[in-house]
Amino acid sequence: MSRLRADNVTLAYDQRTVATDLDVAIPDGSFTVVVGPNACGKSTLLKALARMLKPATGGVYLDGRLISSYRSREVARRLGLLPQTSIAPSGITVGDLVARGRYPHQRMLRQWSSEDEAVVTESMRRTGVLELSGRLVDELSGGQRQRVWLAMVLAQQTSILLLDEPTTFLDIAHQIEVLDLCAGLHEDEGHTLVAVLHDLNQACRYATHLIVLRPGGEIAAQGDPSEIVTAALVEDVFGLPCRIIDDPESGTPLIVPARRDRGRPTRHPVVSAHAS
Amino acid sequence: MRTRRERLSLRVHGRSVVVCAGLAAVLFAVVVGTLTSGDFELSVPEVLGALAGQGEGGADFIIFTLRLPRLLTALFVGAALAVSGAILQSLSGNPLGSPDVIGFTNGSATGALIVIIALGGGMIETALGALAGGVVAALLIYLLAFTGGVQGFRFILVGIGISALALSVNSYLITRASLHDAVSAQAWLIGSVNGRGWEQVTAVGAALAILLPLGLVYARRLSMLELGDDTATALGVGVERSRFVLIVVSVLLAAIATAAAGPIWFVALAAPQLARRLTHGTGPGLVPSALMGALLLAAGDLAVQRLFPTSQLPVGTATGCLGGLYLIWLLASEWRGKGSYT
Ligand SMILES: Nc1ncnc2c1ncn2[C@@H]1O[C@H](COP(=O)(O)OP(=O)(O)O)[C@@H](O)[C@H]1O
Ligand SMILES: [Mg+2]
Repeated sequence: MSRLRADNVTLAYDQRTVATDLDVAIPDGSFTVVVGPNACGKSTLLKALARMLKPATGGVYLDGRLISSYRSREVARRLGLLPQTSIAPSGITVGDLVARGRYPHQRMLRQWSSEDEAVVTESMRRTGVLELSGRLVDELSGGQRQRVWLAMVLAQQTSILLLDEPTTFLDIAHQIEVLDLCAGLHEDEGHTLVAVLHDLNQACRYATHLIVLRPGGEIAAQGDPSEIVTAALVEDVFGLPCRIIDDPESGTPLIVPARRDRGRPTRHPVVSAHAS
Repeated sequence: MRTRRERLSLRVHGRSVVVCAGLAAVLFAVVVGTLTSGDFELSVPEVLGALAGQGEGGADFIIFTLRLPRLLTALFVGAALAVSGAILQSLSGNPLGSPDVIGFTNGSATGALIVIIALGGGMIETALGALAGGVVAALLIYLLAFTGGVQGFRFILVGIGISALALSVNSYLITRASLHDAVSAQAWLIGSVNGRGWEQVTAVGAALAILLPLGLVYARRLSMLELGDDTATALGVGVERSRFVLIVVSVLLAAIATAAAGPIWFVALAAPQLARRLTHGTGPGLVPSALMGALLLAAGDLAVQRLFPTSQLPVGTATGCLGGLYLIWLLASEWRGKGSYT
């Protein structure tokens, strides 16, 4: 069963078509990770799933109804999205920014209940930004800022969370911390998570469902990472010759890129791991 | 702030409350000063008596015909301009996004000049022309800059372009006018609250009474829009509709204020910024901005009346001079990346 799915959608910005006739179903309670080379349409897919981009054809369904038929606030109580880049208004404090995540639960005369306050505090605690609460967002490091945004999305208290590259800007320890947090949300609270990640090894380790997009927005493979990730797939989609071994920690697939000087002087253009 | 069963729970920014109270107190002093002082000094009891409808003939005339309409026009126009500026600055994420910089004001002037020069209309027609001109300018900017998502900077640039265009049309209109029309046009182009009567007070007051509450209802959406379209949508804000309503509120406030008092520079630009610096608040801060705008214009008008009693210097000229200096400072600090919205 899938509370969230895209049926036969074509995704396009004015002129440029990013994906045609795409079918995506997010398994309920899964930690779904979307991977694919730069500009293949990962963010676009997430935007369509969060009704930020209207599909040219086909439809996105949330809980059995066309997502565009909901009121904005109603969607925002069921599904949260952390965009790839977000802007913080200047002069805003961490606590204020996280509190704005409560917007879909508030009303004109009920703007700040004790529940709101408790949820905001708890979200900041989970993401480790509680001590930063009074600081200005402008003055934080990239990694701290990313965790603040994550706290804001958590404060929204939705059971479906879409995260576009939540680990960018973070050092390796904080990357793992964020991914563990996501895994916790999924395991302990049964939340459905969809995250775009760049690191294939992290994707394989954390995903319960992996969606591999190829340039042109086609799905190259999807399913349990251990079953679908092969050297042929990685070479096909990313143009990267590699070997796949078992991750000694988790037993999930570990991608080891082939050495450069092993008789392959010309390699396919390789996609860098950080830029989008 | 919460009621016991949380039917009502509001988040109040402590410092903003203090600042608003302070502004209100200063404003009150200015009001008292304006009503009592002048060529004909009145004591506070005399003013109160006149306000209560028991004044003597002289005091009655001075208060109801001369001082009160002028004061109320200044207060209302100042508040309307400031709220208009606060909304636009917040929407464009830029302190330069204010109706006098991006062409609403010059557009209003074009409308007014067309009525004065081409149609030979009177005062009411001129005001309607100014209203229409401001709305048309805003519509042009909206269509050119706001389709397919907003970029604050693009909005400002298009607005400055429209402003320049309107300005050159205005100059052209004046060169085509008869001497008599050119003089009335020039008089209109210098914004002033001098000689404004109850028609202006009612018009701007009514506009404020309707548009300010609407703006306040949308203020929370406005502060969500500051997070960018994607995040605002993700949090459940109907972005397009909210932005449209807010722009309509802002345009109408600026256009009606300009229709009543002529172009008044600087207030819409500076009042929200000054209020924001005082409150250290984030978000649009419409109430402190409105108080600040009312204070700036009423105090400015009191100052020109007392400092230049004989020359009848229009308050628009005074705010224009100050505004020029402020704009230079703003641009300079913007360049150094210190603008409060960058
Ligand atoms: N707002 C936009 N307008 C036009 N084209 C866009 C827009 N956003 C993304 N694109 C294009 O769509 C394609 C997919 O982008 P995106 O989904 O952001 O890729 P990624 O997989 O890196 O997240 C890219 O070619 C990109 O240039
Ligand atoms: Mg992306």
